[in-house]
Amino acid sequence: MSMLRIESLTKQFGGLRAIEDLSFDVREGEVHSVIGPNGAGKTTLFNLITGVYQPTSGRVLLDGQDLSGKAVHQRSALGMSRTFQNLQLCLNMTARENVMLGGHLGLPGSLFSSLLRLPHLTRADRRCRARAAELMDYVGLGDYVDRDTTAMPYGALKRLEIARALAANPKLLLLDEPAAGLNANETAAIEHLIRGLCQEGVTVILVEHDMKLVMNISAHIVALNYGQKLAEGTAQEIRNHPEVIAAYLGAAA
Amino acid sequence: MSANTMETSTSTAAATAIVAGGERTSWKDVVFSPRYGGLAALLLVVLATPLFIDGVYQFDMAILVMINAAVVIALNLLVGYAGQVSLGHAAFFGLGGYATAILTTRYEWPSLLALGAGVVLVVAIAAVIARPILRLKGYYLAMATLGLGMIIYLIITQESWLTGGPDGTSVAPLEVYGYAVYDEIVWYWLLAALVVVMYWLALNIIDSPVGRALRALHGSEIAADNSGIDVNHYKTVVFVLSAGVAALMGGLYAFYSGFIAPSTAGFMHSIELVVMVVLGGMASLVGSVVGAVLMTLLPQYLVVLSEYEWLVYGLVLMLVMIFMPRGLVPTLHGLIRRVTG
Repeated sequence: MSMLRIESLTKQFGGLRAIEDLSFDVREGEVHSVIGPNGAGKTTLFNLITGVYQPTSGRVLLDGQDLSGKAVHQRSALGMSRTFQNLQLCLNMTARENVMLGGHLGLPGSLFSSLLRLPHLTRADRRCRARAAELMDYVGLGDYVDRDTTAMPYGALKRLEIARALAANPKLLLLDEPAAGLNANETAAIEHLIRGLCQEGVTVILVEHDMKLVMNISAHIVALNYGQKLAEGTAQEIRNHPEVIAAYLGAAA
Repeated sequence: MSANTMETSTSTAAATAIVAGGERTSWKDVVFSPRYGGLAALLLVVLATPLFIDGVYQFDMAILVMINAAVVIALNLLVGYAGQVSLGHAAFFGLGGYATAILTTRYEWPSLLALGAGVVLVVAIAAVIARPILRLKGYYLAMATLGLGMIIYLIITQESWLTGGPDGTSVAPLEVYGYAVYDEIVWYWLLAALVVVMYWLALNIIDSPVGRALRALHGSEIAADNSGIDVNHYKTVVFVLSAGVAALMGGLYAFYSGFIAPSTAGFMHSIELVVMVVLGGMASLVGSVVGAVLMTLLPQYLVVLSEYEWLVYGLVLMLVMIFMPRGLVPTLHGLIRRVTG
């Protein structure tokens, strides 16, 4: 069953078509990768899916529901969560608070109950705190729970973003280059993490340049070039696709 | 569906995580926390101050400090925590004061009703302009709030038939159940209670999911948005809240001083309020109180330097910003933490 459907999506910036008439389906519980050279429109695609941009034409459907016109925070509430290529963390908060932020939607958010510190609020917040620590441990950041975000290395911050995204209990997780800037060990840990998430039923869309990682874990791959779909298929099909090799992978791959 | 499976499978990891990430509170965390140490210190200072001060002038100073402190606590939620600069908050203070003044003297409304009406008026104005104005960021937001403050200031000075123009207008005393509040000591305890309550309420907001959302606006709007936080909604809430508190304190100020002049709504007063936030410490409630105390008392004590008053005043501000860019309280707190390990 397709959880996310991209339907003839086009995004035009002035004279540039960043995404052109793109369609594909993402099946539930699988890792679906989007690859392509820099400027192919991968991050633009993420921004269209999550609602940062509204498309020039076409639409995005989540579980059959048309997301057109919905803002980012509304789409998050429908079970979408993402991480960012260039980190988007709150450096004025501790690591744990950043993860707790991801759990915001599950907490009572009224100003009145906050002002008076009503018991149901403090109880829910305490649960959120404990769960944030669990999630940090789950992504391998158990040692950083109450650290300041500014005191953490880059690789840890990348995983902190994943922990924050997971705190929202997403059904669809969009990862934008989670392995960029990581060493081989860290990348292997990310791979393990993504596999684990999939087994638990989270659907993952992955944008990544590390082809070893992409080929290892993707059930399905879409290759983009100049905003258009170059090819689509399994890792095997993509690896041997002549146009993908010419545009992106190169002869060596 | 995925949520539930996640919960169960991570629960085994949870046992270790709670040990690793559980609360490690030492006596230092308690002493230096705004909730325990900060609140206790504030209570102590507020209770002890009347023992050490005497005379109308000194009580007057203490009362002005507390009026400013309450405004700055709320303003710090907007500026320090949520990271949205406002250079027009004195206008809300002034509007609250003028609304109270006009309604009580001209239309002979009961004190509390007039005070409430002033707050409601300002809250309504702030709510209407919040959406368009808070789309702006950084300097642009500063400029827009500056413009807003100027417009309100101009209206107050120009509409003399209503406001008394540049000369200001007198205000009937605060009257509650037929009892008129004149006495400085009564005013002192009234405002002291208000400041403590305000501090406590602000603390509760900060320690809640709402507070986390506000800090996220400062840290990364993109992260906040992506976490399902309605950025515009929270900006509006904190803007309206801080404007409402400013209006309330403006109204009380008008009652207390028995007179209100346009300068209370002016640009310089807005700047003073922001300087109190920054000097005491952005995103620090204790800092808000400290900032209000210093910025209210410093000019009074520097008067002895006569013509050098503003020179020294400016110099103090420059030095604090150069050597303590985070503000007095966060810098000192950091220093103590480092020294004591």
